[in-house]
Amino acid sequence: MKKHYIPSRLFTLLVYIFLYAPIVLLIIFSFNATKSNRVWGGFSTQWYAELFHNARLLGALRTTIILSVLAAVIATLLGTAAAIGFYSMRRRSRSVFLAVNNIPLTNADIITGVSMMLLFVFAIGAFNSSFLSDLLGVRWKTGFGTLLIAHITFNAPYVILSVMPKLRQLDPNIYEAAQDLGASGFLAFRKVILPEIMPGVLNGLIIAFTMSIDDFVISYFTKGSGVTTLAVEIYTMVKKPVTPEINALSTLMFLVVFALLLTVNIRQARQETASARRKAKLNPGR
Amino acid sequence: MKKSLALLSAAALTLGALSGCGGTQSGTADDPGAADKGVVNVYNWGVYIDESVLEDFTAETGIKVVYDTFESNEAMYGVLKNEGASYDVVIPSDYMISRMIEEDMLEPLNFDNIPNFEDVDPALKNPDYDPENLYSVPYMWGLLGVIYNTTMVDETPTSWDIMFDEDYAGQILMFNNSRDAIGIALKELGYSYNTTDENQIKEAIDLLIEQKPLVQSYVMDDIFEKMQSGSAAIGAYYYGDFLTMQEVNPDLAFCLPEEGTNLYVDAMCIPKNAENKENAEAFINYMCSTQAGLKNCEEIWYSTPLLSVREELDPEVSGDPYAYPDESILAQCESFKNLPADTLALYDSEWTRLMLASN
Amino acid sequence: MKNKWLAAPYVVWMALFVVAPLILVVIFAFTDKAGGITLDNFSNMATYIPAFQHSFVLAIAATVICILIGYPLAYFLSRESLMVRKVAMMLIMLPMWMNFLLRTYAWMSILDDNGLINQFLANIGFFNLINSIFGTNLQYIHMINTQGAIVLGMVYNFLPFMVLPIFSVIDKIDHRVIEAAQDLGANGTMVFRKVIFPLSLPGVLSGVTMVFIPSVSTFALSRLLGGGKTLLLGDLIEMQFLGNAYNPHLGSAIALVMMVIVLVMMAIMNRFGEGEEGVAVL
Repeated sequence: MKKHYIPSRLFTLLVYIFLYAPIVLLIIFSFNATKSNRVWGGFSTQWYAELFHNARLLGALRTTIILSVLAAVIATLLGTAAAIGFYSMRRRSRSVFLAVNNIPLTNADIITGVSMMLLFVFAIGAFNSSFLSDLLGVRWKTGFGTLLIAHITFNAPYVILSVMPKLRQLDPNIYEAAQDLGASGFLAFRKVILPEIMPGVLNGLIIAFTMSIDDFVISYFTKGSGVTTLAVEIYTMVKKPVTPEINALSTLMFLVVFALLLTVNIRQARQETASARRKAKLNPGR
Repeated sequence: MKKSLALLSAAALTLGALSGCGGTQSGTADDPGAADKGVVNVYNWGVYIDESVLEDFTAETGIKVVYDTFESNEAMYGVLKNEGASYDVVIPSDYMISRMIEEDMLEPLNFDNIPNFEDVDPALKNPDYDPENLYSVPYMWGLLGVIYNTTMVDETPTSWDIMFDEDYAGQILMFNNSRDAIGIALKELGYSYNTTDENQIKEAIDLLIEQKPLVQSYVMDDIFEKMQSGSAAIGAYYYGDFLTMQEVNPDLAFCLPEEGTNLYVDAMCIPKNAENKENAEAFINYMCSTQAGLKNCEEIWYSTPLLSVREELDPEVSGDPYAYPDESILAQCESFKNLPADTLALYDSEWTRLMLASN
Repeated sequence: MKNKWLAAPYVVWMALFVVAPLILVVIFAFTDKAGGITLDNFSNMATYIPAFQHSFVLAIAATVICILIGYPLAYFLSRESLMVRKVAMMLIMLPMWMNFLLRTYAWMSILDDNGLINQFLANIGFFNLINSIFGTNLQYIHMINTQGAIVLGMVYNFLPFMVLPIFSVIDKIDHRVIEAAQDLGANGTMVFRKVIFPLSLPGVLSGVTMVFIPSVSTFALSRLLGGGKTLLLGDLIEMQFLGNAYNPHLGSAIALVMMVIVLVMMAIMNRFGEGEEGVAVL
């Protein structure tokens, strides 16, 4: 039986090598003493030092983090509320709204990007030439605001998709039971519904945050002037003469993500073993 | 009750997010020292400045610089055309400046705020692209030519021919923007850069389509890496950048094609509706100071328009015949001029035809 | 629990930022610079057929390769122990958290003519061997700046999107079904063909969607790995908005045509595999 597995394990190993070879190379060359990405010139940590003095990259990193947190939180609030709302609707209107909700998910990023860019350009042009602009003394422009709107827009559908299944699993009677027992609508929601759907909400929040961090295409079209995200900045950098700071940055990002995923997984595994044990205690017969 | 609450929060969310667009500079000017003097949003070519000059400028004036880069004149034009982008200083090339003047995209400069303009070489004042010199202050200028790797190219090229030579299939780098690439083909065919003859332009594209299988890749600033590392043997780029590449890879050499080449000037302008016009003028003025000019010049090796900088430069540099060419060389050169709208449309569609052609 | 008005903010949001932008794309596609209604943007569409061809051919190739690699991988992994499965899935997801430009950037120095693969082959004497056998003068294998490199970039970047949904479907297959098939006399191949494969089809379909759509609309990949020599739809659209040929009207028309073709393809595909709605992210 075990022998049978050898070819398949070899295949699996090869795929993982394919997936990780480029990343390992980036990590190795982040310690290269020369600027080259091809020839090893000795060990050095200079690119890490330079990375921490690269104001543009650090600024882009800060913008990306602020943007992703804000977009994920707002999308989660908006999306969770919407999911509950959709859930309470009649089937026909729900399916219409869910279809619209699916548009940013199924559409190619570039279409979402250019369509929002058209909207922003159009709205900003209309506003700036209107009397409102003169009256308020404000001129709209593309920038962090438009980026945030775009990110919320493509994040919210993921939140809804991860909250909806939790709502479907709810027993509709418990909410009413809580109300019958005298809880106000909001209290019943907070005490009964929220704890049940919380895993879905958190999952949505994490997905939204990741999507924001990772996005390049939509940000590229909606960022406007003076603001840049990490992904967009990397795009400008890879088209210029090699800057090994990119390697250093990739290495650090990889390590952070690796550490995060590891902690999450270990915690999850612990919880699962704990709950398995608890179950075993409760049902000693099985 | 619930209904109004929901609508209210919808409105609040929308307004809250939109008001982010209203701010002058989102998330950039929280430096307390710099906030009072405001910012200047600068849009320049990539790899075209000594970035420490920006810090010097902020230290001297208290104005914070938000610095973005573009890849080509055409890309910059697209960004500025979209309402909502807001830059205070842009640095396009000659022909693009005249196009932008024609399309009313530039703001006239107040030269009272730019006293250093005096230092600009009189030969570069009142240029064809801005005849009354109302809109622009030269930043750098130079010549285009062929850069080649002497270990990979045995002959000594003298002409654009080498860019179309089958012996170097897969070793040639070509411009990734329509005006420069079509320009090279026009020169190779013996035509003017500024022809509006539809047949000549189509002929140029046909030549480029013929060349496409020989081309390793279409590049802009990625040419640095490819020439420096020896991945490619031949490419067309600017003399200043050639000097930068040669510092890394001494095997590289430069040739000024005998058919003639492009003499260009990149100049600083202020787009219409710039929010920080005075800061922009302060920035332009600072870039024309001897110290900033010298720093930039020694970083990017382009030819400076500033007389005082030229004096300060190492005589070996200021005496370089390609960096500061004499009349005989200049006579071979031609500048890009803005083209009429229908020719520009033809450029776009013909360029797309080249890009769509199979390898 | 009757609070459907909670959806109101998001419905307003969708109207403003999902529906309105798409309406604008349609309006732009049917107008010209002067604002007049026109069909010119579409009548020239034939010119761009090569871009559609390249994009669809390369994206289909990438999707097929992703299935060929991703399906066996997901299947093999599903047979491993719980711990191995967990770690393996984590390792599949990990690269996705890094920016796709960074991952692509690494390939640029690997595939180069004097890049790491060619250096390696030269160092182990591969080229010398070939040259002495065939009397050739091979110094490197040309890989970068080809359409193959673009496909490789797509496969590399989007493979996890194929593995994850397939894995999560196979992983959920009830083992008793498989055992029942075995008890009824089915051998390994038959179990796979008659039980596992049909049951895993929804995962494959959602994987195909998740690989094909980003592949067909990709931009930047062609520039970074293809030397800018193969104009893909994404690049063509980008060119009209922020690139070399500013014309958002034409760009909108191309985007619209691409969107319709993709939607039709997806609709046809989903006919085959009814069920399994939504996406399996994470």
